[in-house]
Amino acid sequence: MTVSVTLTVNGKAASASVDPRMLLVHLLRDQLQLTGTHVGCDTAQCGACTIHLNGRAVKACSMLAVQANGANVTTIEGLTGKGDKMHPMQEAFRDCHGLQCGFCTPGMVMSACQLLADNPKPTEAEIRAGLEGNICRCTGYHNIVKAVQQAAAQA
Amino acid sequence: MYAFEYQNPSTAAAAIGSAKGDARFLAGGQSLVQAMKLRLSQTGTLVDLSGIAELKGISVAGSNVIIGAMTRHSEVARSAEVKQAIPALADLAGGIGDQMVRNQGTLGGSIANADPAACYPAAILGLGATIKASVGQKERAITGDSFFTGLFETTLAPGELITSVEFPVPDCAAYVKFKQPASRFALVGVFVAKFGSTVRVAVTGAKSSVFRATDIEAALSKSFTPEAAAAVKVSANGMNGDMHGSAEYRAAMVSVMAGRAVARALG
Repeated sequence: MTVSVTLTVNGKAASASVDPRMLLVHLLRDQLQLTGTHVGCDTAQCGACTIHLNGRAVKACSMLAVQANGANVTTIEGLTGKGDKMHPMQEAFRDCHGLQCGFCTPGMVMSACQLLADNPKPTEAEIRAGLEGNICRCTGYHNIVKAVQQAAAQA
Repeated sequence: MYAFEYQNPSTAAAAIGSAKGDARFLAGGQSLVQAMKLRLSQTGTLVDLSGIAELKGISVAGSNVIIGAMTRHSEVARSAEVKQAIPALADLAGGIGDQMVRNQGTLGGSIANADPAACYPAAILGLGATIKASVGQKERAITGDSFFTGLFETTLAPGELITSVEFPVPDCAAYVKFKQPASRFALVGVFVAKFGSTVRVAVTGAKSSVFRATDIEAALSKSFTPEAAAAVKVSANGMNGDMHGSAEYRAAMVSVMAGRAVARALG
């Protein structure tokens, strides 16, 4: 059985014929070639696969591609503005050395954007609590928090 | 993940009609999709509930808050109506998992799954909520006290769909959980609610299923203070013990968390 899925990804219409058991993250990475969204733990612990579904952060490894039918999806590739201008959150991560190996970074940035959308001026404790769903195995949390603080200050 | 047939009906009646044989309902999928990936769960037909508008939404009617089964945790956490009527419930929803889980996970999915360490079951029992469920043409109201029957078990019949949950508004309430830091599930979570002279205390994470701590309820009915709750010695009989905490540890934590919940409820 295949199901046809139509969605908007980073502002562009996309459609695919998928097996219902295909995960959204695999549709994005393998069929749409958007490999910025990472598969880390694959068991919903690490948050590396975080994307925005209709403006809300979700884990793309925890949902089926068919669940995103008709949805508006933004991945890390879609945050970049015109002329490859980086999103302020991406700039802040670069300025503050908010990444080491970089594997968790796409998910961290997508989560951090959601965090500031809900709470534009968070305290340090609120940032740490808000990023609970994202794990950095380099343990570079301190500079990640600084990056989110910088992005919040500049917004 | 094993293959399945996918259906996405647009009405609750059509969803119930689709739920034949070993069919499973897919709510937010924050437990079910992962269980299917690990092949701990499989189904011939997966009935996706996300397109059913009548299962979503929050309303306040009289002294009840009514929440549709497909309402996401983040919607409950941010709802002005819930924050005003039962702030403890908004607080509980805002502490489930992480923000990504809260954006997808649903009330109905959580209680149907009946994870022994999930947060929502504590609110169902602690507030004495009523669960509305339908199967075939039959709709019924299930009391919170009779809903959870064991480890990942509820009184729901095969193919029976939770449509909404009615939470009575208490005088005051609070939920406090001691988190397992990796999973963010409750190692021990306690929901305390006061309705006039009646006090309800529900505990999650400590046994194979959520339960009411009747000794603490009796103590708090006499004296609604953190000290009265914390002074009750809870038996370790039937408590879970694992690498994160022994049965005795969990039993001790029930009183501690109950005391903290009373302190928070008193504001």
